[in-house]
Amino acid sequence: MTFWERNQLKLAPFLFLAPAILIFLIYVIYPIFDSIWVSFHEWNGMDKSGTRANGNPNWSWVGLKNYIVLFTDDEEFYVSLFNNIRWLLFSLVAIPIGLLLALFVNQRILGMRYIKSLFYFPFVINAVVIGVIFTWFYNPKYGALTYVLSLFGLDPIPVLADENLATYGIIIASFFPGIAYTMILYITGLTGVNREMVEAGRIDGASGFTMLWHVILPQLKPATLIAIVVTIVGSLRSFDLIAVMTAGGPWGSSEVLAYKMYQESLFNYRMGYGAAIATILFLIMDIYIAWFLYRLFKNEKSEK
Amino acid sequence: MKKLITLIVLFASTVVSAGTLVVNSNQSGESSKAAFDAYVDAFRAAHPEVTVVVNEFEHEAYKTAIRNFLTAEAPDVAIWFAGNRMKFFVDQNLFQDVSDVWADAGLNDSMASTKGSLTVDGKQYGVPWGYYQWGVYYRKDLFDNLGLNVPKDWEEFKWVCAMLKKNGITPITIGTKYLWTAGGWFDYLNLRINGYQFHMDLTAGKVSYEDPRLDATFAAWRELIDPGYFLEDHASFSWQDAQAPQINGEAAMYLIGNFYVPTLESAGVVDKMDFFQFPTIVEGIGVAEDAPTDTMHIPSGAKNVEDAKKFLAFMSNKEAATNWATMGGMLSPNKYADKPTNRFSVMGAEMLAAADDIAQFWDRDANPDMAGAAMEGFQEFMVKPDREAKIRARLEKERARIHGTL
Repeated sequence: MTFWERNQLKLAPFLFLAPAILIFLIYVIYPIFDSIWVSFHEWNGMDKSGTRANGNPNWSWVGLKNYIVLFTDDEEFYVSLFNNIRWLLFSLVAIPIGLLLALFVNQRILGMRYIKSLFYFPFVINAVVIGVIFTWFYNPKYGALTYVLSLFGLDPIPVLADENLATYGIIIASFFPGIAYTMILYITGLTGVNREMVEAGRIDGASGFTMLWHVILPQLKPATLIAIVVTIVGSLRSFDLIAVMTAGGPWGSSEVLAYKMYQESLFNYRMGYGAAIATILFLIMDIYIAWFLYRLFKNEKSEK
Repeated sequence: MKKLITLIVLFASTVVSAGTLVVNSNQSGESSKAAFDAYVDAFRAAHPEVTVVVNEFEHEAYKTAIRNFLTAEAPDVAIWFAGNRMKFFVDQNLFQDVSDVWADAGLNDSMASTKGSLTVDGKQYGVPWGYYQWGVYYRKDLFDNLGLNVPKDWEEFKWVCAMLKKNGITPITIGTKYLWTAGGWFDYLNLRINGYQFHMDLTAGKVSYEDPRLDATFAAWRELIDPGYFLEDHASFSWQDAQAPQINGEAAMYLIGNFYVPTLESAGVVDKMDFFQFPTIVEGIGVAEDAPTDTMHIPSGAKNVEDAKKFLAFMSNKEAATNWATMGGMLSPNKYADKPTNRFSVMGAEMLAAADDIAQFWDRDANPDMAGAAMEGFQEFMVKPDREAKIRARLEKERARIHGTL
């Protein structure tokens, strides 16, 4: 027997995986380590061996300087970090709303299929389009919001031009696709709900909210888990809506880390500094969130 | 097999043949694309031996793409902007010295007015193809209804604003969402109060943002902000959004560049519009105007330098130069070009010809990260003027980081 014949079964899966692993290594793993490496340097993104107008080299080792500046001398960093936390917390609101909608459309009524697809529609639209629609909606001069407020005799609220409201305004826009997505997750979850348990619950006198809380929700736990994971990851990646709706403004008050990274590295020619922000975002996203989700899954398993 | 190889060799040789000229363009707008195409066609007709290949980029995306293609795969000609934006690449040795084109094609004479903005250390690194004026575009019908005249100085300007406001018209429209429009206001206030040289020292990072001379600039700005002369909630609006109040007749004045005119024409209000030069504020200060210049350059990595130089030198062709600029709503920097016929361009050309100095624009004169931070500060000041001291301290910190302590 040749080496190949002896080990065919063991080797085959790795050979099949090899192309995907290779691509993953080149386009995901390598850039992560390269970004961390860049974050210890001052670099304007140009030829690494060249020099700047002031005679300094384009690429130079600065150790932890980028991180020190970020944490001690950059107010905007804390604004962005705080906004990221707001995104993280408030985007979760989409989940219960998605559940309510799922319960609503999960009834046997004529034409409900079309209503379902209407509610799902926002998830299919491009985020940029949603951003533009909501920008018009919030437009303090001609927008729909201003019109509605005027019906109640209220003054227009310039949501996207107010440093305290802009981030919330964008988060609400993100609900639009977010709710649709969680709704679909819950609809699939609801089709899997055990009829016998519902019947048993009814016999024991449960109805309405008690039924939902004690019988239906526990069975929807897998859907809830996926909804939480997707929403949290989505909230940390928030970028497109911000770029379209406020461009980080007014005066940087609606920036998040991902947007600040893009600004610093691509527009301000500070690749090293941008890489340091990327590294911080990576630590929050992939280390802390991964740990959090691991714990969540572990609890889930031990309960079964 | 042999046939295939010959085919491949043939194909490869056409791609890299010396007669191919690769031009990267950001002229993606409808009218500017037509104008650029006309220039390329004219060049093709004059130089049939050169095969011109144009790579068109979307205008905003071009700004980030250029850094990659200049280092990775340089075209033979790249369109860009004069001033600091050009100097950044010159400092990186990414643009070639084209002083010989200026000398051979007689540009030193025909392009004399914009030569300074393309010169670094006495050498020219690009050729201008168009520029445009900034100034106040206003609703003449609204002015006439209220019996207002074009303001010549600061007191008159404020009085005009007060009269408009009193009659329920927003005196000045502006949309600061993308910040640069606020940069235009700062440019003009500072140029009219502290003059060209001080303004250039500031953009070069040689003056502190806490310098007492800037007090007057911010104070003058406040004289318009505090009474509410600017469009309300302007931070919500892009520069295009801010056109609507003026087109609807709810706002009277707009400080903007001449690229506004095509919109006025398509909106059908151009007959009600007129233009005036930004008023004098301090007597005796030389008159400087913002007139951003758009340019062509030869990257250092260009493969076909010989033909690229022909392409740049073709700007000495009076007809081609005129067409490219005017079809895109711009003025030609070539002084032998035919005079513009559009009345706004005519006024702009006269105003710029009489100006003592020409600035490029805030975000073209200043270093990119300083420009961005400063314009964010200007936007904040226009909404929260009480934070002036805090904003200026923050800008000074940025300036010190970028340009070093004074």
